[in-house]
Amino acid sequence: MGKKVESSFVNMVVVLFTITLIAAAAVGYVFTLTESTIAQANAQKESDAIKNVIPVEFADITSEKVAVGADTVEVFYAKNGNQIVGTAVKSFTNSGFNGYISIMVGFDTKGTITGYSVLSQGETPGLGSKMVDWFTESGKGNIIGKNPGDKGISVKKDGGEIDAITAATISSRAFCDAVNRAAQALGGVSAWSGATPTNEQSVESENNEQVEPVKE
Amino acid sequence: MSKFGIILNGLIKENPTFVLVLGMCPTLAVTSSATNGLGMGLATTFVLIMSNLVISLIAGFIPDKVRIPSFIVVIAAFVTIVQLLMQAYLPALNDALGLFIPLIVVNCIVLGRAEAFACKNNAVDSILDGIGMGLGFTFALTLLGAIRELLGSGKVFNMTIFPEEYGTLVFVLAPGAFIVLGYLIAIVNRIRKV
Amino acid sequence: MEYILLFIAAVFVNNVVLSQFLGICPFLGVSKKISTAIGMTGAVTFVIILATIVTYLIQKSILDPFNIGFMQTIVFILVIAALVQMVEIILKKVSPSLYQALGVFLPLITTNCCVLGVAIQVIQKDFTLLESVVYSGSIAIGFGLALTLFAGIREQLELVRIPKGMQGTPIALVVAGLLALAFMGFQGIC
Repeated sequence: MGKKVESSFVNMVVVLFTITLIAAAAVGYVFTLTESTIAQANAQKESDAIKNVIPVEFADITSEKVAVGADTVEVFYAKNGNQIVGTAVKSFTNSGFNGYISIMVGFDTKGTITGYSVLSQGETPGLGSKMVDWFTESGKGNIIGKNPGDKGISVKKDGGEIDAITAATISSRAFCDAVNRAAQALGGVSAWSGATPTNEQSVESENNEQVEPVKE
Repeated sequence: MSKFGIILNGLIKENPTFVLVLGMCPTLAVTSSATNGLGMGLATTFVLIMSNLVISLIAGFIPDKVRIPSFIVVIAAFVTIVQLLMQAYLPALNDALGLFIPLIVVNCIVLGRAEAFACKNNAVDSILDGIGMGLGFTFALTLLGAIRELLGSGKVFNMTIFPEEYGTLVFVLAPGAFIVLGYLIAIVNRIRKV
Repeated sequence: MEYILLFIAAVFVNNVVLSQFLGICPFLGVSKKISTAIGMTGAVTFVIILATIVTYLIQKSILDPFNIGFMQTIVFILVIAALVQMVEIILKKVSPSLYQALGVFLPLITTNCCVLGVAIQVIQKDFTLLESVVYSGSIAIGFGLALTLFAGIREQLELVRIPKGMQGTPIALVVAGLLALAFMGFQGIC
């Protein structure tokens, strides 16, 4: 210990290279060990969220990607046989207080919100982060049972009917934005594009292709 | 120094947060709750112990000029391992700590202990130093997190102590981190002088 | 417009030091004088933009195609360390006067977590290369702003009588807390 090894070009390169190689091998090994568990944990999180937002029983799920303006969201159709019994949309917004927020919103066949669950958010703890349960039935800004329809949902400050989280209007607006994006993917909200309201037929249809394209 | 003394050294006499004032970024950033503080502390402790061990073993073979880069690679490898393990088994905590898990690499405590202790001492002492420093860091983070959580939202480890309405929100936010840590260090300074 | 928003958000709203807590060590360490604060800012700006570009290209051209994203931390920190060394050597040869001004700060930057932090952030936020450059530049400016303001206050603090236990780090942290409180006023402007 303590003695210094002379630095020559060759031993510097050899030592650094060996260490990096061993480190990479070790990390790679752990990666292969954990890869499936990580994928499982993520898939679990997603399917838990879907079960959470669709209150009715369903047998299987099909999913497809739907373009909303320039963005793409993932839509999950909960089915019993060929009958769609509910829809969950994995939507997002970039206008949160700390940027990106990802949520799963559930709709019934009429386009009424049946539940939501926040997948990831970086909002201020104690303020914006309250969105996790603020908009539920027991929360103060309940959105469950509301139908975004053509207008979308918005906070009271913006003329809507949702109670924003106290002192976190930006987070609440962002949340509404994400919900509206989800509704838009189902062809519900068309207020921004000025298209004729198509309402909820597309959801009731068994054919996924009929999802109304949203003009931007 | 006795074996026990090495652990005690990191825990109290040279506490990385309160005395050495190292690794401030995670200390301030993730301590909005006691749970997060504890999680971050334990993740760092793991990296500290493992990197101290490995570095004490290989220090004799490393040419002086590439010492720092070699240490960084070793540390980065363990950090990535922690990151992968957390993603797999503790996804919720991983989400809460976010960016600061990979940033353990640049936590001055880890590199600092590698430089100051591990490369000059044997493996056993280095592990003990890692344990002591790690626990000292964990203790400081958990304490800071608990105080901020209590003052800010009336909870500690998510258990309600007093109603949330009486909490002073600013302590959970960024300014509260600086202020609470400032006063904690001041208190520690005062105690050490006596 | 989008870039202006990105700039304002990175400099004021989500200030790198005061609200994201990256780069606290140099923030507390080299903020005793305005002149050193400015020198540090220069060095950080230089390295952070360069490092972001290089790590971005490596991520897109090597890590993503070969699906070895888990090597990100190791690769990025090595690249940053190498880059800092290289900048030091080149600066010494090309512009000795600039080296005189920034040289002492360069070795400190490897362990400045805002460099690695920003490099990882732009990947996580899925920025384009141009957005990444604007973002990293804005972060550096935000860092400089906080550091210079803080140094100005600390120069004044030298002249003030402070209770013994509060001297040094504690009072600096409390001041930083107040500064962070002031910066919270920017929240919500974009």
